[in-house]
Amino acid sequence: MTGLRWIPRGIALGLLAFAVFGPIGNLLLWAFAERWYWPHALPSQYGLAFWARVFAPRADAWGSLGLSLLIAGLVVAISLLLAVPAGYALARRQVPVRGAVMLFFLLPQAFPSLPIYMNIARLFYSVGLNGTVPGVVLVHALHGLVLAVWIAAAAFAAVDRQQEEAARNLGAGPFATFASVTLPAALPGLLASAIFVFLDSLDEFTGTYFVGVPDIITMPLLMFNAAMGGNSQIASITALVLLVPSIAFMLVIQRFLRADVVAKIGG
Amino acid sequence: MSASSPSSALAGAGRVRRDRFPGRPDFWGLLLLAPALLLLFGLFGVPAVYSVIGALAGKQGAPSLEHVRMAIGVYGKDILFTAWLVCLSVAVTAALAVLIAGYLTLGSNRLAVRILGWLYRWPLFVPMICAAQMMRSFLAKNGLLNNGLVATGLLTPAGSISLLDWRGVLITFVWKQLPFVTLLLAGAMASLDRSMIEAARDLGAGRLRVLVGIVLPLVRGPLLVGCVLTFVTLMSVLSVPMMLTADTPTMITVDMAYRINTFADYGTADALGLISYVMTMLVGWIYLRDAARQRGLSR
Repeated sequence: MTGLRWIPRGIALGLLAFAVFGPIGNLLLWAFAERWYWPHALPSQYGLAFWARVFAPRADAWGSLGLSLLIAGLVVAISLLLAVPAGYALARRQVPVRGAVMLFFLLPQAFPSLPIYMNIARLFYSVGLNGTVPGVVLVHALHGLVLAVWIAAAAFAAVDRQQEEAARNLGAGPFATFASVTLPAALPGLLASAIFVFLDSLDEFTGTYFVGVPDIITMPLLMFNAAMGGNSQIASITALVLLVPSIAFMLVIQRFLRADVVAKIGG
Repeated sequence: MSASSPSSALAGAGRVRRDRFPGRPDFWGLLLLAPALLLLFGLFGVPAVYSVIGALAGKQGAPSLEHVRMAIGVYGKDILFTAWLVCLSVAVTAALAVLIAGYLTLGSNRLAVRILGWLYRWPLFVPMICAAQMMRSFLAKNGLLNNGLVATGLLTPAGSISLLDWRGVLITFVWKQLPFVTLLLAGAMASLDRSMIEAARDLGAGRLRVLVGIVLPLVRGPLLVGCVLTFVTLMSVLSVPMMLTADTPTMITVDMAYRINTFADYGTADALGLISYVMTMLVGWIYLRDAARQRGLSR
């Protein structure tokens, strides 16, 4: 009897597995297909020729990958540099109108970003930031900062106050207490926010599309250009390169973000 | 939190300094907060105000509705299409998320629950633009979906159809957003008190009835939060409609990019942006009203 119940269960799980992995599988097929003509169900020839072309020593992909990593690294640096003091202030100091400040840090997530990006591009154009690395870093820092402030505030709020107070009682000044007690205790949460911000910047398309033109071609833009140009192999290979860190992050996230920190987000 | 513990009573020294002038704002706290606030003000506050001014200013800079009128006149169909498609995507995502989270919470077979819990998360952090590229090949006439259906005999090769139109956009949106809403919902359901569920099950209520009648009303808040966040996210996706369909009507994000890239026409683009703000605020308002009513009911 119990064996029979696996028939509907198996069908439902199988369909879901096909829905989840089908698109990923199709991407993999295209990434390794050298020849694939309709109406053949599968590619007629597999190979790494397109990989060699994408990652040729002087191809665009290396430049785009380097640019994407540089931009994401700078976005993490700016976001955390500003979010660590801000998150600490929100978690530990008696900031006036704290609720309103928290709400302001939530607003960019609650509004459609595209009209904001296009006006950032317009403003940046008048100061010559369009098409430059600093311009793209700043536009990515908008959501990076918001993410980092929320996670940092939660991470600092989850630090045990008694340990800080004990350090103060033993004569440590506020800076020494922060550096030796609070910061190390909040580090796992801050690390998680750094990875979040890094991935968010690596994957960002819409803001780069408006602010980066015409010179800053990050990996998502390279992928978009290849896709719109009808080159399925090159688009699939670049998409696959972007996919790997996202899926790796999904598989390890539970270990990074502790439940007590998650519970404090928004508190 | 630790107000009654002896060590915090001893630690008064650190706090007295701060409370000595209760009316004075916390200068150091504000100083720590200022750089982040300033950057956010520059990158969000200023452009947001600019976009609203851009939408509502006429040719001479005086307030006027000409851009809004133009946007509605030329892109009225796209505005309705965007609202319809995003709402449909949110509804389908919510329905599937309830089913999956419900099975994760109420499912009796441990192995099936574990497989499902492992399976649904995969697209969680996949970038929207990667999802668009995957679906471009998956849903095409020669994609794995059609080939799979032909291989199982459900479809003849001649009967295969390309889903690269509004259906493709819908499928991509649901594929990408489903893990996020499910994760929120499954988390909320896991923290529910199990005794009520067990009691209803003991009285003979079926699992679907327990899900709809008992579990769902208790996780209404997180479900609506997931729906609102999904709505906002989907309202500003540019890559998916651009890559999946060249049909009209299309989403207004595509129109905004087109107005700017082709005509440098910020007025109409900003007016479309303003319309997307209004739609989002409408959804936010519905959510807040519902949350307030729920709070009133529980009191």
